[in-house]
Amino acid sequence: MLAKPSESCNTVEVYGNDIPGLLGEVEAAETALREAAARDTEAAHGEAAYFDAVIKADQKIEPRDWMPDSYRKTLIRQIAQHAHSEIIGMQPEGNWISRAPTLKRKAILLAKVQDEAGHGLYLYAAAETLGVSRDELVELLLAGRQKYSSIFNYPTLTWADVGAIGWLVDGAAIVNQVPLCRCSYGPYARAMIRICKEESFHQRQGFEILHTLSHGTEAQRAMAQGAVDRWWYPSLAMFGPPDADSTHSAQSMAWKIKRFSNDELRQRFVDMCVQQAGVLGLTLPDPDLRWNEERQAYDYTQPDYDELMRVIKGDGPCNRQRMAHRRRSHDEGAWVREAAAAYAKKRAADA
Amino acid sequence: MNVDRLLGFGDDALVAAQRLAEWHASSPEMEEDIALANIALDQLGAARLLLTYAGEVEGRGRDEDALAFLRDDREFRNCLLVELPNGDFATTMAKLLFLSAYQLPLYTKLAGLSGHENAGRLAGPPHRDDAGRLAGPPRREDAGREDASRADAGSAGPPHPEDAGLADSAGPAGPAGGGDAGPAGSGEGERLAAIAAKARKESAYHLDHSAQWTIRLGDGTEESHRRMQDAVDALWPYTHELTSGEVSRDEWLSIVEPVLAEATLDRPADGWAPGGGRSGVHTEHLSYLLGEMQVLHRAHPGARW
Ligand SMILES: [Fe+2]
Ligand SMILES: [Fe+2]
Repeated sequence: MLAKPSESCNTVEVYGNDIPGLLGEVEAAETALREAAARDTEAAHGEAAYFDAVIKADQKIEPRDWMPDSYRKTLIRQIAQHAHSEIIGMQPEGNWISRAPTLKRKAILLAKVQDEAGHGLYLYAAAETLGVSRDELVELLLAGRQKYSSIFNYPTLTWADVGAIGWLVDGAAIVNQVPLCRCSYGPYARAMIRICKEESFHQRQGFEILHTLSHGTEAQRAMAQGAVDRWWYPSLAMFGPPDADSTHSAQSMAWKIKRFSNDELRQRFVDMCVQQAGVLGLTLPDPDLRWNEERQAYDYTQPDYDELMRVIKGDGPCNRQRMAHRRRSHDEGAWVREAAAAYAKKRAADA
Repeated sequence: MNVDRLLGFGDDALVAAQRLAEWHASSPEMEEDIALANIALDQLGAARLLLTYAGEVEGRGRDEDALAFLRDDREFRNCLLVELPNGDFATTMAKLLFLSAYQLPLYTKLAGLSGHENAGRLAGPPHRDDAGRLAGPPRREDAGREDASRADAGSAGPPHPEDAGLADSAGPAGPAGGGDAGPAGSGEGERLAAIAAKARKESAYHLDHSAQWTIRLGDGTEESHRRMQDAVDALWPYTHELTSGEVSRDEWLSIVEPVLAEATLDRPADGWAPGGGRSGVHTEHLSYLLGEMQVLHRAHPGARW
């Protein structure tokens, strides 16, 4: 099970104790990573046997190691989708940079969107260790042959959406990604450790935006509640289809790419949010949300998985807009990239 | 220092930040998204310090947000160059080259440093990594990022040493903060010098970044050369306004001309020299820029964010 928070933190009262707890897990994963590297791998004969032994011993597979083709493909698909999500995810939040209500908020948001670009780069670099280039992956995204998180196909209609994304979307991302810090593929695990630390800032900033709004004017409060109402179910859907319908799960679990099922992570997220919504003074839009003494967890209404499937297939409110923006930026930058390459070639010829 | 001049410095930085931030998620390369966000954050950080200071010197209780969000275009004192639309990437780089070739010597003077300390850079050609990508612009952990995201998020991270003296000034000006201080006392001079000393280092990076791109594009392909020359030609007239105050034309040219030469670009002839920004007479573009920037703040008078 996910570890309980151990250390105390001066932000606990404001933010609830789950995020610091999850951060403790990031630290633990970092330590485990170092320990695994130091441990002596038993001599396993044959490449496949070595792979199995490493997985079994909770050690890391590294780029030079042999790995089953399907393990490589699964990782490429997953890491690329994750990288694409960071890059496409810049759009909905970036939508409010120009209109941020104070200069300080503008700076925080700009820095956050910049962080996401950095996450994209770490992740493409991790994928490249599997023998695929970033340019190839970007082509696959632009051709619609690889996906990004469906959450970014929803619009950011008010300033409060920036808060709701930070709180709920970055919050869900953290819950999803903390276990990935222990993923069996070394470069991915290391990228996730770095990214999780930054995502926790984003989550706190989002929480703080909503907290300010919910304690502000009537109009601000309504803005905050409206944003939470719109982002709640799409955030729950970020954890993917229910376990019964999840196609990739079992094998990924066996390979220790994935450590918890979609439904386990979703439950953890719900339990975390209920407490924080209380601190915010905002309501989660689920009349059936209630504590279940027996399960020691909240019962909640599932997101509309038919809607999730429609959005994944391309019919969300903003799919077309997001992809058109990405393609336009890519196309309009082509002459710049060509010029940079031509210049580098000339200089190399000079040398 | 005259309040209008301080507003001019702050407004240049603010409007430049607003334009640069328009590039988010739209740059030619992912690395460039990060670099442009860095530069926008630097400009925004400088704008906040300068406007806060201007508000205190003015003594009417206006903080950075009152100055940024509640003035109309006629009250803005920025130069026309920064408010012009981004255009293509060549235009944006030419704007940044011209602006930073002004801001670097300006901040150097305001910091009380001598001119030759401008020369921090312009060494060697741009670096690329093995993959032929631009060597990643360092995501710098200082300035806007540290102030903005880390400190505000309640992070326990250590404050950046350079920010130490400025930390207090970054917040909203207390109404009592500047009203009683006479203009340009020596304490105030030091305050402006500290702001300029920090901004100057950032300007050196902006100049480096834009100069490298100007050279790459000027000496890249036929198309990039044409676009870069067009951008330089179109923007050149607006640079006269930059060099009508603290920074002389000669100083500015001594930075810009070698870059154009290395970029195999023609230095345009001097002629038409539009101005008016410093007295609040702007191009048609500024009002739209402010309309967008100010819309939310103005829709909720008196609200906290
Ligand atoms: Fe991210
Ligand atoms: Fe994030």
